[in-house]
Amino acid sequence: MIKARVIVTLKNGVLDPQGKAIEGALSALSFDGVDQVRQGKVFDIAVEHDDKAKAEADLNAMCEKLLANTVIENYTVELV
Amino acid sequence: MKAAVILLPGLNRDRDMIAAITRISGQPPVTVWQTDTTIPDVDLIIVPGGFSYGDYLRCGAIAARMPFMKALQEKAAQGVKVMGVCNGFQILLEGGLLPGALMRNASLKFVCREVELEVSNASTAFTGGYAQGQIIRCPVAHHDGNYFADEATLKRLQDDNRIAFRYANGTNPNGSIDDIAGILNAEGNVLGMMPHPENLIEQAHGGDDGRALFESALGLVAA
Repeated sequence: MIKARVIVTLKNGVLDPQGKAIEGALSALSFDGVDQVRQGKVFDIAVEHDDKAKAEADLNAMCEKLLANTVIENYTVELV
Repeated sequence: MKAAVILLPGLNRDRDMIAAITRISGQPPVTVWQTDTTIPDVDLIIVPGGFSYGDYLRCGAIAARMPFMKALQEKAAQGVKVMGVCNGFQILLEGGLLPGALMRNASLKFVCREVELEVSNASTAFTGGYAQGQIIRCPVAHHDGNYFADEATLKRLQDDNRIAFRYANGTNPNGSIDDIAGILNAEGNVLGMMPHPENLIEQAHGGDDGRALFESALGLVAA
């Protein structure tokens, strides 16, 4: 069993209204010095087999085909 | 002209769309279920609005990976007219039939109201029934209609006259870049738009500004 964590984030330059709202809420809670918040997604994925190379290739393909919209999002795949 | 309407779980504007097409063309559209791998020979295929797959992951993302999409891509490549409204627009973007993406509204709020649209290109298979620059009324109802494209894509859309509709007179409800409400593919046979023309086709709706879009797409007026 291989466990992986996929992180999907908005590309630089893509407006993130949710991140902006969170930024505002943090400052309303008196957290000073927050420069920027960008919201993203985390996927914890367990793979049935133990072939690391195959898992990595598959996970990257999953990101390209479904998990991320590469028009607006970047992704990273990490085996944990 | 014959039309088809794609059906997916979670859509809720499909019946409005079927009613609009039936009322305007005099014949009901055929329906295609998401798992169908073929689409009958028709002149116009519509992906209606709603919340397919509960908007899980990203709006339209799961729907665009269902079996019908391959058939839809083939039909679009053959030149069949394809129109996506609201969630349908999101699905066409996720399916790669149109460029760019639709993001959360800048206000973060769901908007359900009437907006004004400028017909930015009246020389298309979908907009021939309107005059160039005409301002029409149209309802919107969405949470993720904030159109985004990178600079190069936006410039291409602008230069090639592929922006069919823009929000007019300060009524942009979602922060969409360049006030974009609807765009075309390079060939001009695929239209995606956030507003709901199917909800303004007869006086009982309070107006019929959306009607000419269907009349154009169904070949009932000269384009």
